[in-house]
Amino acid sequence: MSSYKRPEIKLVPVPSTNIIPERDIDKLPVLEARNLGIDFGGLIAVDDFNMAIGRTEIAGLIGPNGAGKTTVFNLLTKVYQPTRGTILLDGYDTHNMTTVQVNKAGIARTFQNIRLFSNLSVEDNVKLGMHNQITYGMWSGIFRLPTYWKKEKQAHERAMELLSIFDLQDLANKQAGSLPYGAQRKLEIVRALATNPSLLLLDEPAAGMNPSETSELMDNIVKVRDLFQIAIMLIEHDMNLVMGICEGICVLNFGKVIAKGTPSQIQNNPKVIEAYLGKRKEG
Amino acid sequence: MTFLSYFISGLSLGSIYAIIALGYTMVYGIAKMLNFAHGDVIMVGSYICFFAVSRWNLPPVVGVLLAMILCTVLGVTIERLAYKPLRSAPSLSVLITAIGISYFLQNAAQLLWTSNPKVFPSVVGDGSVKFFDGRLSISVITIVTIATCVVIMVALTWFTSKTRMGKAMRACSEDKGAAQLMGISVNHTISVTFAIGSALAAIAGVLLSSAYPTLMPTTGSMPGIKAFTSAVFGGIGSIPGAMLGGILLGIIEIFSKGYISTQLSDAIVFAVLIVILLVKPTGLLGKQITEKV
Amino acid sequence: MKRIGKRLRSNLVIYGLVVVTYVVLQMVMGSGHISSSLQGQLVPICVYVVMAVSLNLTIGVLGELSLGHAGFMSVGAFTGVVACIALEGIISLGAVRMAVSMLIGAACAALAGVLIGIPVLRLSGDYLAIVTLAFGEIIKNIINCLYVGIDHRGLRISFLTSAAALELAEGGRVIIDGPMGISGIKKLSTFTMGFALILITLFIVLNLIYSRSGRAIMALRDNRIAAESVGIPATKYKMMAFVTSAALAGAAGTLYALNYSTVTAAKFNFNTSILILVFVVLGGLGNILGSIIAATVLTILPEMLRQFNDYRMLVYAVVLILVMLATNNDDFKGLLYQIRGKILARNGTKGKEGAVNE
Repeated sequence: MSSYKRPEIKLVPVPSTNIIPERDIDKLPVLEARNLGIDFGGLIAVDDFNMAIGRTEIAGLIGPNGAGKTTVFNLLTKVYQPTRGTILLDGYDTHNMTTVQVNKAGIARTFQNIRLFSNLSVEDNVKLGMHNQITYGMWSGIFRLPTYWKKEKQAHERAMELLSIFDLQDLANKQAGSLPYGAQRKLEIVRALATNPSLLLLDEPAAGMNPSETSELMDNIVKVRDLFQIAIMLIEHDMNLVMGICEGICVLNFGKVIAKGTPSQIQNNPKVIEAYLGKRKEG
Repeated sequence: MTFLSYFISGLSLGSIYAIIALGYTMVYGIAKMLNFAHGDVIMVGSYICFFAVSRWNLPPVVGVLLAMILCTVLGVTIERLAYKPLRSAPSLSVLITAIGISYFLQNAAQLLWTSNPKVFPSVVGDGSVKFFDGRLSISVITIVTIATCVVIMVALTWFTSKTRMGKAMRACSEDKGAAQLMGISVNHTISVTFAIGSALAAIAGVLLSSAYPTLMPTTGSMPGIKAFTSAVFGGIGSIPGAMLGGILLGIIEIFSKGYISTQLSDAIVFAVLIVILLVKPTGLLGKQITEKV
Repeated sequence: MKRIGKRLRSNLVIYGLVVVTYVVLQMVMGSGHISSSLQGQLVPICVYVVMAVSLNLTIGVLGELSLGHAGFMSVGAFTGVVACIALEGIISLGAVRMAVSMLIGAACAALAGVLIGIPVLRLSGDYLAIVTLAFGEIIKNIINCLYVGIDHRGLRISFLTSAAALELAEGGRVIIDGPMGISGIKKLSTFTMGFALILITLFIVLNLIYSRSGRAIMALRDNRIAAESVGIPATKYKMMAFVTSAALAGAAGTLYALNYSTVTAAKFNFNTSILILVFVVLGGLGNILGSIIAATVLTILPEMLRQFNDYRMLVYAVVLILVMLATNNDDFKGLLYQIRGKILARNGTKGKEGAVNE
């Protein structure tokens, strides 16, 4: 069982272009993307993407449909390898890392179209999140060595603890695919949290939720940040949620960042209004 | 001279593979499924032609046409009964179903026509043409096979690029949902694809059995697998790719039979497939497909 | 904890059923009330059960279709028998020699699994299926060209030539004779050996499935992208399942070969792979008990229904298609649910309880 080895330190101290919350101001940003870009064939999907996220910041990534928001997540988690640019995670360059290595290094994510292990139980889904946290080898598993019992017990306890944050502990034995939609979204977040990330990426966590579920989710996101002291970046179309909990917001349109700032700055930015509503005809 | 003679036999065998591979590649392009039973449709086509010509004494042309018609019916029926209900099923299930159909056809043939090998009559014509003072002789079957392959290739290229149905096929293979919204009947298009593929399989069956005249219920399975290999080799879903892959594979097979070992030729052919898939997973002329996340 | 209890119970049912069947058969055999044809089928049944359970690990648990499972059986059969003959002078006790041979057969099949897995497991879906098929054919081809003999200098191997090329010394013996395969094998396989192999297989497969590694394998089946996003390396766990499956098939191959006096590479062809696939599909993908039952019943049935033997493969084909339609088509499923609903309604409250438990 070889564990992931971190590459040589490549500390690149760049003055952040972001507004990082005061409590994070003297710390190294958890993530910094510099001039990030990807082309699909001839199409430039994302270009010149720059962003930094504070260690305990809740950041929002918004923009009209097709702006390239999910592509940014896919770049950060190396589902796609970027064509250009650098991603620094805790100051380490993630160049040439795979999705698995990036996860081990500290980025966890959820998906826009829910991707659970739908034939497995809720508890197993969370235990799979802990795959690299509570480890034992194949032979310990086959021969049921003492390590197996010890680690499985640990995993079970930790899984129940995490599930209870989102009030899912009673569903632990249910098949993940059979859960109602809202619970599936929550489970995906729990599974991502189980990987012990320093940055959690949430892709439209409130999609398909009603207002009361959304406000519960908002509370939970803040709770997770406070509890685990991690950074969270979320893509969301629900402006109440974004403006309500995000400390910094980045607006993307046609693959480019058009504005960055605090919620109030974004709300009054003419470029953002134009991107969402279209340009007012002159005269 | 042996080199040239091997090359021409390779070209001929490759033409047969190419015609079969077209059936695989067209179906894969549109229905996104591996029609494992395609090879056995070839066998059925050969048997029909065999019975028409040597038992019922029909003229060879009628025999070939009859084989084409019945294979078309068979192909479309298989699609309707077994594949259509599984349109949204996981590919594993569809593949297992296709294997089931393949097995069904082989065993039904064995029950109907026994496993005793039958000698296929000369449908195409005997004799050979001699070149270089008789040092190189090319049989009529070889020439007809290569010519048929060229005709089919030209016809199919015209069909897919110029006709309404051909355009509908290309649309369906790009995006079934969008094609449906444009008023194209996806089910109908898939049926037509199966019909064309099966008719081609009948032609391939006749050519194959003319070149290698022992006919058995398992006749179609090995050429079927190799033709699929050709389709993957050339890039599955691509019509020129199937042609290229088929011909290259035929030449590789005959050369490895001639220069390396008859026993190992199949192993070599399959090793080529594996190497190709490793180096270029989408085949020679295939398009890159990425899963949307 | 309730869930673990449930698993334990279902695992115990599997072990219990196998042990009880073994004990009952031994008792029946002891009293001489068993037909000779069934007695001859006992070892093949064990072989096919192990084959089906191991293939289920690849298809049902990992979710990738392998069409070359017989190839691994073949590797295990030939290496196992060669080992068995080579060890003749070293280990005199038959059962021990057989166990060692099975281990060697399993190890060689595992090695073949690794070699094949490296290229194959980078692919998925239909491509993976067709490449495993190709590998099955390649293995068959290679063994057909292989000549192995033994003399006082040790094992001698020749490829693509003839038995004469081995240049065996006085008193030497040809073991593998190309397409003729191995002949003159001393029968060592017993029902008890087969039973032991089944238990070992179950132990390995069931414990693997319900462990961290097994969860990772099933996660890859359910959603590869999500699995990678939580840090599960796809290739490693695909390989683990594939190689374990190959090793068990190898051991089964040795057991199979040592049950007959001759064995040829042609025996382990595509049809054998399909036969095992039928067991797995019929028993239910991922359902270990199902595989055991399907393999047993479908090995015994043809013997009992000899007069229908011609139709056997035809029926298998139809069954394969119908099972796929029944499990994947919603109309078909709806029809089955309706029928089930009617039966449950007729059975009254008892039926309802069953439905709730599920």
